Amino acid sequence: MNYGYYPGCSLERNAAAYDVSTRAVAAHLGLGLDELEDWNCCGATEYIAINKLAAYALIGRNLALAQKQLHAPGNGRLAADGRAQLVAPCSACFLNLRKADRYLQDDETLRTATNEALAAGGLRYDPGTIFVRHLLDVMVNDVGFEEIKRRVTKPLTGLRVAPYYGCLLVRPRLGGELSNAEYPTELDQLMKALGAEVVDFPLKAHCCGGHMTQISAEVAYELLRRLLQNAADYKADVIVTLCPMCQLNLDAYQSRVNQHFGAGFNLPILYFTQMMGLAFGLDEKALGFGKEIVSAAAALAKIGEPPKAGAPARRRKDDKALPMPGAKP
Amino acid sequence: MTSPIHPQQTFLQDVIDATPGGDTLRTCLQCGTCGGSCPSGADMDATPRRLFAMIAAGLRDEVLQSNTPWYCVSCYYCMVRCPQEIHITDVMYSLKRMAIREGYTDHDAAPDFSQTFIGYVERYGRSFELGLATRFHLAHSPLRKVGIGTLALDMFARDRLALTPKRIKDMEGLHAILETAKAMARKAEATGGSKLL
Repeated sequence: MNYGYYPGCSLERNAAAYDVSTRAVAAHLGLGLDELEDWNCCGATEYIAINKLAAYALIGRNLALAQKQLHAPGNGRLAADGRAQLVAPCSACFLNLRKADRYLQDDETLRTATNEALAAGGLRYDPGTIFVRHLLDVMVNDVGFEEIKRRVTKPLTGLRVAPYYGCLLVRPRLGGELSNAEYPTELDQLMKALGAEVVDFPLKAHCCGGHMTQISAEVAYELLRRLLQNAADYKADVIVTLCPMCQLNLDAYQSRVNQHFGAGFNLPILYFTQMMGLAFGLDEKALGFGKEIVSAAAALAKIGEPPKAGAPARRRKDDKALPMPGAKP
Repeated sequence: MTSPIHPQQTFLQDVIDATPGGDTLRTCLQCGTCGGSCPSGADMDATPRRLFAMIAAGLRDEVLQSNTPWYCVSCYYCMVRCPQEIHITDVMYSLKRMAIREGYTDHDAAPDFSQTFIGYVERYGRSFELGLATRFHLAHSPLRKVGIGTLALDMFARDRLALTPKRIKDMEGLHAILETAKAMARKAEATGGSKLL
């Protein structure tokens, strides 16, 4: 099965680990990823705050290019319903593309105007012709857990994983997201299929702060602290993510959060595709390990170790388990 | 208060027109689920619930001066929990655009960040993180430069930061598309048609 592939700006450099591991895992699974020719930035969460029509035209250009490239006669990439599938690994790109497709279908004024702008570049987009999907959705629902289990040669036994979903893959509900807007489980199940021990992670679909690390750092630090604390409370060895913004905030700003709160978090933040590649026994060098700022080396060394006697319970039973005022042992 | 675009039109109608699926804004029950679900609600000078009441009351100045849309982190929690299915996050984007357009946001960090970000996108077709971080922090938080520098070095050491921007091939086509869109938006602003704004 072939998919159009929209990597997005982050995957070119800061999230290169996500890009290389995605391509390596896809090749191993026999998924064809056909990169969109000459794609442009999706506008992130910024363009829509400045100019609505220009923002839709910017995203629209990608959808129009996808329509042209993926609907070319005889390429055999169409889904059963006739839509061509475009896969985005970045949650922000995914939502921008998905949302533009949906709102352009719903709003005739916006659709006509967007196409008038696209025509200036010789393009046109017919909403509904491209089925925008997130990479995790493709892995879980098209490849499937059975096939993924079958491919595992080096199970991630003994590694305690906190599965982090963030916001934009699960919300808002425009159709085709993961199963639940507040407590999704697909990434949990995927990590279990790879042999990892999945810890409970109540904040798994809470926000990492997005661009707030740049604009109002203290607001972001508090959101990041909550996530890191929650994962640490459940004794996770690593946080696994599916979005470059979440990875960047949790990884690159972790030392800042430690400084700001006098904390000592040391949680590596990895992409789910890196974990898949690792469990499939692919060459680790080709999976982008080492690009994380909080090193994952010590955590990954735990894989395959037999669980120690008195291993931490799944839920904490100590006095810090719930931060209730006045709760003393 | 009436709209600067259509003298007969209310502020509420402007916000509705600017927001895809905006009609539901009329149905707000004032239940407060939005503010209760908001991770940055405590930093906002008005919760979304309060802001929606202010919009309905026509308090254009107060709403567009509010920091609420700028503290929105786009997590969409409010939007999936709203019993009236109001497109709350999209309303926040509409309010950001109106505030910028009507001159309520001079020299604020958040709109400047967006402007700087899209400046690179309009020029190269892709985002450019090093340029964005340098320009933005130089203007807004020179004192944080040392910390940002350490972070940049960490990123650079792991080959996660490009020194030069990447340019798409058909920049001419993208430029024509965006300029046409912007010209249409300017026309809409001058002649009415706030659905494009």
